[in-house]
Amino acid sequence: MSKLVGTPVKRREDARLITGHGNFTDDVRLPGQAYAEILRSPHAHARILSIDTTAAQAMPGVVKVYTGQDLAGRVGTVPTAWIPPASDLKQVPHAVLAVETVRYVGDGVAMVVADDPYIARDALDRIVVEYQTLPAVTDQREAMAEGAPQLHADAPGNVALHWTVGNDTDEVFAQAEVVVRQEFRQQRLIPNPMEPRAATAQYLSATDELTVWLTTQNPHIHRLLLSGILGIPEHRLRVIAVDVGGGFGSKIACYPDEVLVAYAARDLNRPVKWTEDRREHFMATTHGRDHYEEVELAGSRDGVLQGIRVKSYANMGAYLSTAGPGVPTILFGLIVNGAYRMPVASSEVFGVFTNTTPTDAYRGAGRPEATYIIERMVDLFAQTIGQDPLEVRRRNLLRADEFPYTNPFGLAYDSGNYHAALDQALTMVDYPAFRQEQAALRAQGQYVGIGFSTYVEMCGLGPSQVAGAVGFQGGLWESATVRVHPSGKVQVFTGASPHGQGEETTFSQLVADQLGIPIDDVDIVHGDTARVAMGWGTYGSRTMVVGGAAISTAVDRVIEKARRIAAHMLEVSPEDVVFEDGVFHPEGVLDRQATFAEVTIQAYLAWNLPQGVEPSLEASAYYDPTNFTYPFGTHIAQVSVDADTGEVRVTKYVAVDDCGPVVNPMIVEGQVHGGIVQGIGQALYEGAVYDDDGQLVTGSFMDYTMPRARFFPQIETAHTVTPSPHNPIGVKGVGETGTIASTPAVVNAVMDALSGFGIQHLDMPLTPEKVWRAMQQVQDEQ
Amino acid sequence: MIPASFSYRRAESLDDALRWLAEDPQGSKLVAGGHSLLPLMKMRLAAPRRLIDIARVSELIGIREQSGAIVIGAGTVHRDLAGHPDVRQKLPALAEAAGKIGDLQVRNRGTIGGSLSHADPSADLPAALMALAATVDIAGPAGERSLAVEEMMVAPLVTGLAPDEVLVRVRVPIPAAGSRSVYLKHPHPASGYALAGVAVAVTLEPAGAVTAARVAVTGAGVVPFRATDAETVLIGDRLTPARIAEAAKAAAAAGEFAGDALMSAEYRRQLCRVYVERAISALVD
Repeated sequence: MSKLVGTPVKRREDARLITGHGNFTDDVRLPGQAYAEILRSPHAHARILSIDTTAAQAMPGVVKVYTGQDLAGRVGTVPTAWIPPASDLKQVPHAVLAVETVRYVGDGVAMVVADDPYIARDALDRIVVEYQTLPAVTDQREAMAEGAPQLHADAPGNVALHWTVGNDTDEVFAQAEVVVRQEFRQQRLIPNPMEPRAATAQYLSATDELTVWLTTQNPHIHRLLLSGILGIPEHRLRVIAVDVGGGFGSKIACYPDEVLVAYAARDLNRPVKWTEDRREHFMATTHGRDHYEEVELAGSRDGVLQGIRVKSYANMGAYLSTAGPGVPTILFGLIVNGAYRMPVASSEVFGVFTNTTPTDAYRGAGRPEATYIIERMVDLFAQTIGQDPLEVRRRNLLRADEFPYTNPFGLAYDSGNYHAALDQALTMVDYPAFRQEQAALRAQGQYVGIGFSTYVEMCGLGPSQVAGAVGFQGGLWESATVRVHPSGKVQVFTGASPHGQGEETTFSQLVADQLGIPIDDVDIVHGDTARVAMGWGTYGSRTMVVGGAAISTAVDRVIEKARRIAAHMLEVSPEDVVFEDGVFHPEGVLDRQATFAEVTIQAYLAWNLPQGVEPSLEASAYYDPTNFTYPFGTHIAQVSVDADTGEVRVTKYVAVDDCGPVVNPMIVEGQVHGGIVQGIGQALYEGAVYDDDGQLVTGSFMDYTMPRARFFPQIETAHTVTPSPHNPIGVKGVGETGTIASTPAVVNAVMDALSGFGIQHLDMPLTPEKVWRAMQQVQDEQ
Repeated sequence: MIPASFSYRRAESLDDALRWLAEDPQGSKLVAGGHSLLPLMKMRLAAPRRLIDIARVSELIGIREQSGAIVIGAGTVHRDLAGHPDVRQKLPALAEAAGKIGDLQVRNRGTIGGSLSHADPSADLPAALMALAATVDIAGPAGERSLAVEEMMVAPLVTGLAPDEVLVRVRVPIPAAGSRSVYLKHPHPASGYALAGVAVAVTLEPAGAVTAARVAVTGAGVVPFRATDAETVLIGDRLTPARIAEAAKAAAAAGEFAGDALMSAEYRRQLCRVYVERAISALVD
């Protein structure tokens, strides 16, 4: 049988998704279902003086109106689930509906439940809230300044956390021949999956069970958190996410909204549904990034990097989101040296409360920010010492013989061949010719540039022991149960919770190959806490790495049991039986064999099993990785800049990624393409803007520029393959590589195009106006 | 995104629409494609008591040539306008502007009358229609009247229409022999609306001298505007790059530009200058 792993098997989930037969949370329709709408604060910071719900409550069709006062004491607060050690994290209370104070535009104030969504929406307009507005602050450095408005009594100076990591850098920096300093702004981004958030809850009084259909990347984490907040025991709570239309990190967090819906369903003994609209999504679903960084890089005049130190100010928003505190610390601070050999490094991070939407993971989560600064700094360093940025990279990238490499923060990069990826990428562009053309065009007043990003990231989150050490309030292993039915059909239950990435296909490829059965004989079951015992979900490029490894391990256990039964059937000893292409046979003997299906039925009939072997054919595995995985690669961007308008166009884009063995090249290419355009979105287009009052100016697709297909050239992709030595299937993860690599590649390219103007750095997004102004200023000065 | 409650009636004739409109002019809104109105209603920025749907009023739909003009029914959708052979041949700026509105779905539903009656300051059609010296016919309780397109665009989202009037057709005079026109657009990357949309129509003598010129700009300024100073610069001898640049400067100097949190007035003026220059250049061999 031909192997499926490594081939572009078409996505098995697409037929239902493309033809509208998916089953998303908003598709769930239950008899007697009521509809919820949430009244949100129009102010960034205000005291609630009074709430009058009388008129709303009196409307025909309104079932109930809830306020924060009504729920105080009945519903717990929403906790964060990431407490970085020694960070003095201020775990401020986050009520599901604001009681005395609203702290950002979008903060929940009241919830209406009504017979239909139209009445619910109309009723919102009848709720009268009297606010006393307070001064607001949206910028984290301003929030830390003396006299700034204070958000939480328990967090003086609005400091949510202060965390430092790394080794002593003073001596290296004091003696360095070259120290490059640069301040960076990594703007706030607004994740926008196709499907906004939604929750539908149903309480069955007969069994005292509450079921919540939810747009989540991690149903079991949600069950755990909902259980704690609502005081409902976990075994009476079920969280289901059948189809989830993307998340990019924004569906990791436990939000007040789903707690409210779950509470109301039980309180009213009636199913309740809530579906966010896009405008609500912009203000009430977690945002990403939003850092300031002060960075110093030390090196020698001849181009050897010696150390980096980073001081970062991260905007946490008004409250701590579920994984929020871990993103700008653990997922950022530990890898700021990037793919480069560096003896010393340190990170210092302030997490700061502001009157903005809470921030949390957004595709890449911390690692794009780290990669951006190191890749920009390498270019600035090269410029300072007058060397080609490519040569500085070649010289300082870790060599293949240096792995495993322990970075200054103690991370052990598992494997890599960074130069091979760089060399491969350079076969896809003509670098010397580009430099010649660039010079010729510049003489004609036209500006083109080329930028490199030779990145590494840590993903496949992660060993549970490490999770504990870094303050993540959960394990990061993954579960799999492989159940072979009597007829030989296989169901795989995975605790990973894919939500668009295609693991129903790629997991099936793995299992079909391992068992030597057709892919149609394998189904992947996920996203239901009643069907899957436990799991930690999908984020951090962990699903194939950790979830896939768990599945592969469980399949191995199924095969081992089947081998014992087959040996008994073939009357040989188990160690003499080989399993190839779905058939057991004695080593070297092909005319005596038992197919996998024949063995399976015997396992269930149990008429004649070997001694000590129990009936049925099923195995579980709880795979806990021993390390993170470290995908890497080289991305190269070419851009042109319109001198009259400042508009940047990406003219060529080359991506060479090494994510270990590629299970499905078509799906991997899709992940890489999507990641790249998302990363370029940050470089050139996206950026949340708040005005001085804390109003979100970029509150819709009219103002917030999501990247469109027409903005981009054909993306050229290739791979090198360096397996992870510690992962059973060798894979390293690919969900975030594009987002991590592409942002600095494009910014480096634009800065290269502008190098003739003497412009060192511009902060993202590199909008036409910003680029034009910078060029204009130089021309005005000349 | 649920609008406030409203009633809905579908008109079969212009007469229906005028009669129903007269019953409650302030509380009623005409709707055809709905691409501008419905989003406003869903965000509850508009809450009409009654919608009068004129999308199927056949007397308002269609393009024909009549006494030296192309006459376009107000209910004609952008896609039909963009693809019409006479419009493409005789009024290229208009066909180009219609073809650059929104996306295909919007062009399949959105109408010329709806666009002009909504008066979004970044809409594409006003620039092309101003450059082509178009007028609109308006029906009301007292009969019909006409306005130049410039007079229709009073302020952002404010038109020369009274609440009980219906824009029924657009008349575009067929330009003289030797005429050319173009519409050049720099779309907002998010919304697709024009950040600078420049329409230029010129009449050239065989040797290249310019006998007539109209330049109109949408998107960049506070409202779509005619750049008459630029037109004055253009009329005369064969165009040179220097004169084109001078005309572009004049257009940028004449417009009224306003900044907001996302883009400055200064940059909008620059876009206006660049796109006027590029549009005129596109018309010269």
